[in-house]
Amino acid sequence: MTTALVLAGGMLGAPARYLVDRSVSARFPTGLPWGTLAVNIVGSALLGGLIGASAGSTLLAFAGTGCCGALTTFSTFGYETIRLVTEGAYVYAVGNVVISVAASLAAVYAAASLTQWLCA
Amino acid sequence: MASRPPALDPAVLAAISVGGGLGATARFGVAQWWPVRPGEFPWSTLAVNVVGCFAIGVLMVTVTELWAAPKLVRPFLGIGVLGGFTTFSTFALELRRLIDAGAAATAVAYLGLSMLAGLGAVVVAMGATRWVAGRTT
Repeated sequence: MTTALVLAGGMLGAPARYLVDRSVSARFPTGLPWGTLAVNIVGSALLGGLIGASAGSTLLAFAGTGCCGALTTFSTFGYETIRLVTEGAYVYAVGNVVISVAASLAAVYAAASLTQWLCA
Repeated sequence: MASRPPALDPAVLAAISVGGGLGATARFGVAQWWPVRPGEFPWSTLAVNVVGCFAIGVLMVTVTELWAAPKLVRPFLGIGVLGGFTTFSTFALELRRLIDAGAAATAVAYLGLSMLAGLGAVVVAMGATRWVAGRTT
């Protein structure tokens, strides 16, 4: 049952990532990989929000493990960072790492604090 | 210059959806088999992300340099499966949990290792794939 929830969430999160990346990349095609950055930050915020709200295991399996896990990506982040390096855009590569980590971590903290406060 | 993306292909969306579901389920399976315990180093998430980074290196070299793959291969495997398999949200949450548990050193190690091993895996995979291709043609 839990596996089905994860599967369903994943089937939602991955195309959502694709659609967001498409739109964001079309609008902001240069510099950092803004599409991947966007989904990683949003997905981290969503997961943080679920945790802060003490979401039950069913919701967590679908929305957290499934959806947020598929919405966010480490592989595309890694590949895009290396692409920046091979293109000689070293500052952007470092920037991608630093901003991805810092913003996603901040998103987790902020969202968890918010929902924790809202649900208290 | 910003532009509108090309029209959405429903087959591509479907491939990404199925791949994403499979990838997420595989990640879940790994986490069940190798759970991350509170305060402990998240080895299974690290493994999943590093393996995913290696795989995307292999995939991208293959479809961009070696093989005119069918149009759904890259969306299914790359965006779908590997994107669903790897995770940034769980990584960020686990960093927070380690920091909140007072395991700051573990958090720093997790962050550093995830970046070094993940990015390193992409580089190694791309190089290895090109090397194998060079030797087999």
